[in-house]
Amino acid sequence: MLAGLTPDLIALQLFTGLALGAVYVLLSIGLSLIFGMLTVVNFAHGAFYMIGAYIGLYALSIGANFWVALLVVPVAVGLVGLAVERVLIRPLYGRGIDYPLLLTFGLGYVMIEVVRIIFGRTGYPFDTPELLQGAVDIWVGYFPLYRLFIIAATAVVLAGLYLFLEKTSFGLIIRAGARDPQIVRILGVDVSKVWLIVFGIGTGIAGLAGLLAAPLQGVAPEMGATILAEAFVVTVVGGMGSLLGAVLAGLLVGVVVSMTSLFAPEMAKVSIFALMAVVLLVRPQGFFGRAGLMS
Amino acid sequence: MSAEFATSRMETAPASTGARLLDLAERHRVLLAGIFLLVFPLVLPFHALAIVILTYGLYALGFNLLFGYLGLLSFGHAALFGGGAYLCGISLVHFGAPWWLGILAGTLGGVLIATLIGSLAIRTRGIYFAMVTLALAQCVYYLFYQAVDWTGGENGLRLPSVTAISPFGIPLNFVDPLTRYYVVAAFVFASLFFLSRILASPFGAVIEGIRENEARARACGYDVTRTRLVAFVLSGAFCGLAGALQALHLAIVPVEMLAIETSGLAVMMCLLGGMGTFFGPFVGAAVFLILENLVSVYTVHWQLVVGVVFIVCVLFFPRGIWGSILHWSRR
Repeated sequence: MLAGLTPDLIALQLFTGLALGAVYVLLSIGLSLIFGMLTVVNFAHGAFYMIGAYIGLYALSIGANFWVALLVVPVAVGLVGLAVERVLIRPLYGRGIDYPLLLTFGLGYVMIEVVRIIFGRTGYPFDTPELLQGAVDIWVGYFPLYRLFIIAATAVVLAGLYLFLEKTSFGLIIRAGARDPQIVRILGVDVSKVWLIVFGIGTGIAGLAGLLAAPLQGVAPEMGATILAEAFVVTVVGGMGSLLGAVLAGLLVGVVVSMTSLFAPEMAKVSIFALMAVVLLVRPQGFFGRAGLMS
Repeated sequence: MSAEFATSRMETAPASTGARLLDLAERHRVLLAGIFLLVFPLVLPFHALAIVILTYGLYALGFNLLFGYLGLLSFGHAALFGGGAYLCGISLVHFGAPWWLGILAGTLGGVLIATLIGSLAIRTRGIYFAMVTLALAQCVYYLFYQAVDWTGGENGLRLPSVTAISPFGIPLNFVDPLTRYYVVAAFVFASLFFLSRILASPFGAVIEGIRENEARARACGYDVTRTRLVAFVLSGAFCGLAGALQALHLAIVPVEMLAIETSGLAVMMCLLGGMGTFFGPFVGAAVFLILENLVSVYTVHWQLVVGVVFIVCVLFFPRGIWGSILHWSRR
């Protein structure tokens, strides 16, 4: 059974894992960003991911091309996120950590059902953009160009996010707000506005992740539900609130999934939960999590 | 949970007749529950619905022990409910077990899965706990989904229909809906009695003490981690029993019983009825299921209503129905 496994095949599978991991990274970095600032776990994150794919599908159907959709989708989903934070989540600050979680869980139901009403219950295929079809030679063999593009796009988003957080004054406020919102507020910064924008950014990135993943798996109302559990695994493994942890754990989980589907396909779905169990046993706060965040 | 839910069990001087009646009801809650279980099928003539209300209510009760009384929010209770249903079904289908052994297997299955999930998830707290339980429940879903030979996979597990049972030598016709209702009700009554004893015990006081102030409970010398695990396992027993009863009633275990939506159902029913209250889970289950039956007549988009009710409850109605009745009558 293992006779067909050449080093090249394993290397290719490694790249497949990185492409899958890139989607996890985008999802869990948004989760972590939102949690780090707002201490809100967004249980509707999978639903934002899903509407990202559907808005992309709609944009393509009215004549926009994929590159326009890449710009439109994160903005549109981010705007939905802004409205959600302002109207639904803001009244819950200071009322206990479980309430926003319960609310976003319910919101996920609403978003899925609204998409079902507009687009129907069945899924749609999503064509890979023409420019990104085919495969390229990456020394170890031919690799689908689109998956390479996902990795590159994720790298661009991460670089942009890094520059935004580290090099701009607004990013400085965000980092300070994650440390101690009280002090930032005393210094005269409108923290609630910062929270609003962070929620918008986090959900916008989730929407982009949905669009990027759409050509791989198609578009369906339920597409966000399963990936939410996987994004949670990534966040738990990487450490809640840590962006570096989200990146490393996302890639690791992607590689673990692709490697187990190569060596033991029946274990592929369960492998990441086993990984999470090990992390919980050895280091419950995750790779880069602060122990204090746990309580 | 926050202190606002503590009022339901706080000893305050009753101000009105209504409050005095409610205090009386709380004191004799098991007796009251027994009377209610007896007359419920007369109030609600759809016996199949009444049975489902009881099984889901029992499921929400198990969840409520953890969330309402201990303050731990689990999003993985489907694994306990569905796991109990599957183990009951597997013992009947693959081992030819009698119905009562199936119920025992389901309850123990809930205990076993709760021990496994609990001992991992208990290592985390707060916000992590909900995420870890959700992820582990998803893992249980995949495990049962893939074990097609044992569970029937996507098609669910079909049970041989139980037609006649004879508990303690009394022959009963299990096909008759009313008889079936009272058999299920007997188990629910036993569970309510058991829960009432747990809550009235020193252990129950510790559970609520941890919810109110964990640091203080720890400082008083209570083993918080172990109490949490024990409560999780007890919750698993209730949910496993509920799942087993559900499996016997429906004569099928659909794989959706293990899905995230089923976990959300327990949260929803508990929130709707009033978390941390004795009757809340059953009130929530009844209102939810009756609403589902009514709404489904008019629209297929029932999930939309679920989501909206969820949001409205969290924003404007966090005490739930029974919790609000208790709160208003004591003000």
